[in-house]
Amino acid sequence: MNEKVWIVELIMENKPAARDPVGETIRKDLLSKKNFNMVTNLHSGQYLRVTINAENKDHAKLLVEKMCNHLRIFNPITQNLNIIKITQLD
Amino acid sequence: MSIKIAVIQFPGSNCDLDVIHVLNNVIGIEASLIWHNHFKESQFDGAIMPGGFSFGDYLRSGIIAAHSPAIDEAKVMVKDGRPIIGICNGFQILTEAQLLPGALLRNDSLKFICKWVMLRVENNNTAFTRKMKRGDVIHIPIAHGEGQYYTDRLKELEENNQIVFRYSNEKGEVTHNANPNGSLENIAGVCNLEQNCLGLMPHPERASEAILSPDRTTHGILFFESMVDFIKRRRG
Repeated sequence: MNEKVWIVELIMENKPAARDPVGETIRKDLLSKKNFNMVTNLHSGQYLRVTINAENKDHAKLLVEKMCNHLRIFNPITQNLNIIKITQLD
Repeated sequence: MSIKIAVIQFPGSNCDLDVIHVLNNVIGIEASLIWHNHFKESQFDGAIMPGGFSFGDYLRSGIIAAHSPAIDEAKVMVKDGRPIIGICNGFQILTEAQLLPGALLRNDSLKFICKWVMLRVENNNTAFTRKMKRGDVIHIPIAHGEGQYYTDRLKELEENNQIVFRYSNEKGEVTHNANPNGSLENIAGVCNLEQNCLGLMPHPERASEAILSPDRTTHGILFFESMVDFIKRRRG
């Protein structure tokens, strides 16, 4: 089996129904007060960068999704999980 | 036969000794401090997941502890009908372990809140509230940064009578001003379907002696007396 090293980057952010006080505060209490009224929405989240050995890109994605679901790395009640980038490490 | 209660200690627990003190010295039952890796459910009549922190609360409060061997043991205990309560971080652990419904988010103010609040008792049939009356207002402190309760199954919880406490004013009115952290529908505590597992953000162990209370009330003791009563009745 010829495994390669992959970097999988993922973001977890609160679902719209679950409030995001961090994002709300940055927008309302900082940006709006400092002349950045053009910002109409801002969401905070958590970022993880996973280095993983896998056969190919799809396998790397599958393994990370399995890990996140099985171990509740994200809380499905309050958060959405988005894999934003997968790159092969040279 | 004496009643034996385990107080589960995680790395970062800091209300564990307060609970031990109340059980041993105020209630007068045998309570043992048990490291989370050493907890064996078969040796105890009930368990308490205390407040504080666990594993630095990294990733999310309670999620790392929710994968501890202690939780596998706790699941057996809950299934068997024995009582388990999660207080503050213990509540977060029990929700992350899916022993209780919902999740705890950061307080809407983003501030750590430490103060005394009022709770209205919504369900007095649980293992920890049978010494209370429905509609009672109890005085109890909170101390948390992530206590905003959220569930995507609100209707189901209401129908199943799983909402045990709501933040209220001293008249028992559930108002916006009485909600310290933005919890959905002012929810402060919930139980499982079988009502032997309860979680809440407030700290009953800090409200069990008059000397600790600003108005000399000791409503917190009712939680532990209820648990003892539940265990005795269960034994028959």
